[in-house]
Amino acid sequence: MAVIGVASADLQSRLAQLNADYARALDDDRMEDWPGFFSDPCLYLITTADNHRHGYTAGVVYADSQGMLRDRITALREANIYERQAYRHVIGLPAVRGETDGVVRAETAFLVVRIMRDGRMDLFATGRYLDVLVDEGAALRFRERVVVCDNNRFDTLLAIPL
Amino acid sequence: MALPDSSRTWPGTTLTRVPYWVYQDAGNYRDELRQIFEGPVWNFVCLESDVERPGDFRTTFVGEMPVIVVRGEDGRINAFENRCAHRGALIALDDTGCAKHFQCVYHAWTYDLCGNLTGIAFEKGTNGRGGMPPGFSKGAHGPRQLRTATLRGLVFATLSADTPPLETYLGDEIHGRITRVLRGRLRVLGRFVQVLPNNWKLYVENVKDTYHASLLHAFFGTFRITRLTQGGGVLVSADGGHHASTTINRPEDRTSTAYRDQGIRSEREGYRLLDPSLLDGVDEFGDGIQLQILTVFPNFVLQQIQNCLAVRQVLPKGPGAMELHWTYFGFDDDGAEMQRRRLKQSNLVGPAGYVSMEDGCVGGFVQRGAAAASEQLSVVNMGGEGAESQETRATEASVRGFWKAYRRYMGY
Repeated sequence: MAVIGVASADLQSRLAQLNADYARALDDDRMEDWPGFFSDPCLYLITTADNHRHGYTAGVVYADSQGMLRDRITALREANIYERQAYRHVIGLPAVRGETDGVVRAETAFLVVRIMRDGRMDLFATGRYLDVLVDEGAALRFRERVVVCDNNRFDTLLAIPL
Repeated sequence: MALPDSSRTWPGTTLTRVPYWVYQDAGNYRDELRQIFEGPVWNFVCLESDVERPGDFRTTFVGEMPVIVVRGEDGRINAFENRCAHRGALIALDDTGCAKHFQCVYHAWTYDLCGNLTGIAFEKGTNGRGGMPPGFSKGAHGPRQLRTATLRGLVFATLSADTPPLETYLGDEIHGRITRVLRGRLRVLGRFVQVLPNNWKLYVENVKDTYHASLLHAFFGTFRITRLTQGGGVLVSADGGHHASTTINRPEDRTSTAYRDQGIRSEREGYRLLDPSLLDGVDEFGDGIQLQILTVFPNFVLQQIQNCLAVRQVLPKGPGAMELHWTYFGFDDDGAEMQRRRLKQSNLVGPAGYVSMEDGCVGGFVQRGAAAASEQLSVVNMGGEGAESQETRATEASVRGFWKAYRRYMGY
């Protein structure tokens, strides 16, 4: 088991802050800020624990560039039709799984409640983020964020990113 | 005495009007399970690769009937009801696995890979007491067994002795449209389940509805993936139940103003992808068909959207709910580039799909919109009144085909 030193404690607090900012951007309907949390190129994948276990590579969402992330948001704003809804992310403490040469691996649990326009709330997704981050000094950015949902079923549709 | 849910009276013989009670009525729903799903139809149940070796099994549903699909020792694919002959408990509890035999956890009754009851715990009792009566026949007790048929890696099952052979059921044209896509050994890329808040028929109609595609789905329209002004058409099987719609790219249509002239929402100027690699498709079937959506009555969808291939299984879950089981696939001989292309294009489909997201919610909009309209009628009149194949997609011919088949099975 890794010993958490002073640097790692600092790293964990930076990761927690990053996740808090990430959640606020999505939950406060500032989706345009969301691609900025990623490096370019990158990998953003939403999958399920079942698929992950089987090594299946397809996702509900699959993006490997800043452009694809931005296109996703443009499509949600301009093209796609879905009922007005919002998320409330609750993100756990990041577990640092490794750190070498400015590349950090972390795993963090999340829970997302979906709030529909009529006020109904549902537990929409739970799971873990499997992250690879690059430390750019001023900021940590996701090189990879693989969203592994515990649920293998999605209610109605998935619009806003997790 | 409970009042009937609705009149259950069909409004005349026309295929162009559909009463809303058909999406709501609990009695009608129960009859559908018996007369359609458990009746003389072929239900899609799984892929052959899901049950690769003897003993490999997968649990799924035929309508609401839980079933086990399993490869027998002789290599044949068997299917039987996932219900113990004793007290009715589920026999298999896992989604997938490999078994030498099946044993119910409740009282340890045992079944072979064909679903035959082979063992009863304490059949002779203990110390000469208890046990089953001497005349009890294991052979006469067992879960219901289904016939199976395969086609290029797909497994279908039927409970009825009257269902015609799969090839006859599909007809040459639909058969050809399936084999066109399933050209090799399938490799699963991912599976997702979408829970939809609507009657199962609203989803099947949506898939068959070529009219809505470029109107509801603005993403498609904007990037000219499919337009009603592009080439293509819709093929409807003779009995009406199956369909295949196709889109063939005609570059000259890029300047068409048909949509703008009608002021339709899906026309958006200047909307371009920052990363167009999403749509970097290749003509892997060599026939210029960019998109083919195919249904087999009652529960199967085969989708080719550029290089994004998937099968979808429709499972009814009560009058107002259903599940849609997506399996994305490629082929064993896909290179790295093709695989990456399929992964990127899979953004188009599924619960978060750029061109399928709306299909997840629009059925619910109908279910909710028509909540108080059980005796009112929906209008299915685009492209005339018949259910024949048409050279245009501005038609509801294949939706009418669905109702033609549906009414025959249901006796309406």
